[in-house]
Amino acid sequence: MQRPDMSVEVAGIKMRNPVMTASGTFGYGAEFAEYMELDSIGALVTKGLSLKPKAGNPTPRIVETPGGMLNAIGLQNVGIDAFITEKLPYLAGVSTPVIANLYGNTLEEYGEVASRLDGLPGVAGIEVNISCPNVKQGGIVFGTDPGCAAEVVSLVRRNTTKPLIVKLSPNVTDVVEMAKSCADAGADALSLINTLTGMAIDLDRRRPVLANITGGLSGPAIKPVALRMVWQTARAVKLPLIGIGGIMNGRDALEFILAGATAVQVGTASFLDPGAAQRIAQEMELYLAEHGIADVKSLIGALEI
Amino acid sequence: MQFKSYVMSNAEVSPGYFRMRFTVPAAVVEGSVPGHFLMLRVVDAIDPLLRRPFGIFDVGTCSAVFAESGRTSYGEILYKTVGKGTRLLSTLHQGDVVDLLAPLGRGFDLGAAGEEKLLVGGGIGLAPLYYLAKELTAKGEKVRLFAGGRNRDDILCITEFERLGVETYVSTDDGTLGEQGLVTEVLERHLQSSGKRIFACGPTPMLRAVAVMAKMHRVPCQVSMEAYMACGVGACLGCVLPGANHSPETPDYRCVCKDGPVFDSEELQWS
Repeated sequence: MQRPDMSVEVAGIKMRNPVMTASGTFGYGAEFAEYMELDSIGALVTKGLSLKPKAGNPTPRIVETPGGMLNAIGLQNVGIDAFITEKLPYLAGVSTPVIANLYGNTLEEYGEVASRLDGLPGVAGIEVNISCPNVKQGGIVFGTDPGCAAEVVSLVRRNTTKPLIVKLSPNVTDVVEMAKSCADAGADALSLINTLTGMAIDLDRRRPVLANITGGLSGPAIKPVALRMVWQTARAVKLPLIGIGGIMNGRDALEFILAGATAVQVGTASFLDPGAAQRIAQEMELYLAEHGIADVKSLIGALEI
Repeated sequence: MQFKSYVMSNAEVSPGYFRMRFTVPAAVVEGSVPGHFLMLRVVDAIDPLLRRPFGIFDVGTCSAVFAESGRTSYGEILYKTVGKGTRLLSTLHQGDVVDLLAPLGRGFDLGAAGEEKLLVGGGIGLAPLYYLAKELTAKGEKVRLFAGGRNRDDILCITEFERLGVETYVSTDDGTLGEQGLVTEVLERHLQSSGKRIFACGPTPMLRAVAVMAKMHRVPCQVSMEAYMACGVGACLGCVLPGANHSPETPDYRCVCKDGPVFDSEELQWS
C-alpha cells in the first residue's frame, strides 16, 4: 500500500500533515530545531505577538496539576517589530508554513498588528487570539462576548489579505455562538480551544500558587472538553476547524479529526517532549497505514454517532 | 539533546537526599560544562506530567555496565525528595529507563587561573558545585567549599569534595555538623583579600546574602538559580526572573533555563 496522504488545507494554507504547533508553546520555532525537523510538521504557530514588546506576568507563572499544567505567562513576547527583524529571517529558511499569532490590548492594536503582518512574505496566515485568560486587557475580554469578538475579527479582516484563523476560548457558556459570530465577521478558520481558566492553592502557605492567582489549564486534563467543543462547533459552522487541547499522541490527534477538525495543534506536549509534534504526525500516519486508510481527509468529521 | 537513559544506581546518601547515576551519550559528557542542567521525565505517564530540572552533579566514564565491553559515559544528579516527581524518582532502580534532555542552559564561567575559587552551597544547592569543583581542581585551582544546611542531614557528599583536594567549611543552623550559624557568616571571613571568585547555589535568601556580600567586597560572583520550569528550552517563558534593572515600566525578565541557570549575581534583581 502507498503511504497515506496526510496533506490537508486550512483556509488556503497547504500543510503536509495536520499537525501544527500551538501558540505560546513553541517559542518562535528555533528553540525546537535541535529536537525535531521543523519541516516535518504541518504548520508552525508563533508565540502571540503584540504591537509593543510585552513583559508578561510576575512569577511563579506555571504550576503542574494532575494531567495538566496551569500557566499565567501573560503573553510575554518580543513585539511585532522585533519579530519581523529578529525571528522571521530564521523562519524563512523553514519550508513549513508559519502562522503568526497576534493579539491587541485594544481593538485598534489588533488592527495595527494585523496590517503590519499583512505584507510579510514569510507569514502564511494569522491566528487571532481573543482567548487568553491571563491578561487584564485584550485576550479574553474580546473572546467571551460574541459582539466584541465579531468587532475584532471584522477589523482584522479589513487589515489583512492573509488567511485569518480565530482562536476561541472555552471559557464561555456557548462556544458555538462565539464560533458563528467569528465566522460571520470574516474568519477563514477557527482554532479551539485555548486554555481553561483555573487555579492552584498552596495549602501550607494558604496562598495561590500563581502570582496571577488564576491561570490557563492545558494538557491531557482538558482533552474531553476540547473534543466536545470541536464536535459541537463542527456541526454548526462550515469553516475548517483546528482542534487543540491535551493532544499527546497520534491517537489523540485523530480523535479531534474524527470530531470534525481538519488540523490539530500540539501545545503542552511539546514541553515534556520537544519532538512531540513530529512524533504525533508520524503516529497518525502509522495509524492510517495500519488501518488501510489512504487519506487523512477521509476521517475529518467521520465520527459515527 | 534528547535521549533514553538507563539508571545505573540510585541511592539515598542522606535522609531524603538521593544520588542517581545513569548512562548518557558520550556527546553529553563532551558537551556539558559545570552549571549545566538536565530535564528528566520520571515516568511515561500524565501525572506527573512535566519533566523535572536537575543540576548536573557529575559526568564521566566508567567501566561498562550494560555494554558488552569498553566504557560507558554517565551522568549523575543529586536530588532531594520534595514532591511527587522526586519521590517517584527515588523508587527507580538499576536498569530502569528515563528520558532526558541534556545538557541544557548556561554554565559557570570558570574565571581566571590563580584566583581562589570560593564555592558556596546551601543544602541541595551543592549539586552543581561538585562538577564545578572537579573541573577547577583538575586545572590546579585552589578551591574552598562553604556548605550550609539546617542540620547534618543537609550536608551532602562532603568527603567527595575533600577527595578532590577541596578545603571544606561546614555550618549548620542547629550546629549538628560543623560550625553553628549561617554559611554566609563563614564565607564572609574569607572575603577580606582580593583575587577571589564566588560560585553559589542554594536557597534564594542565601544567594541574596552572598550576592550582597560579594558586591560589598567587590568579588565577582556567579549564582546558579532554581525555578519552576515546563520546557527547559526557552519556549514557555515559565521560569523567568527579574533582571537587575527590571521594573514594571521597564521590564527585563531573564529565562532561567536559557539565559541561566548560572547568572552573574549583578545581572539579577535581589530585592
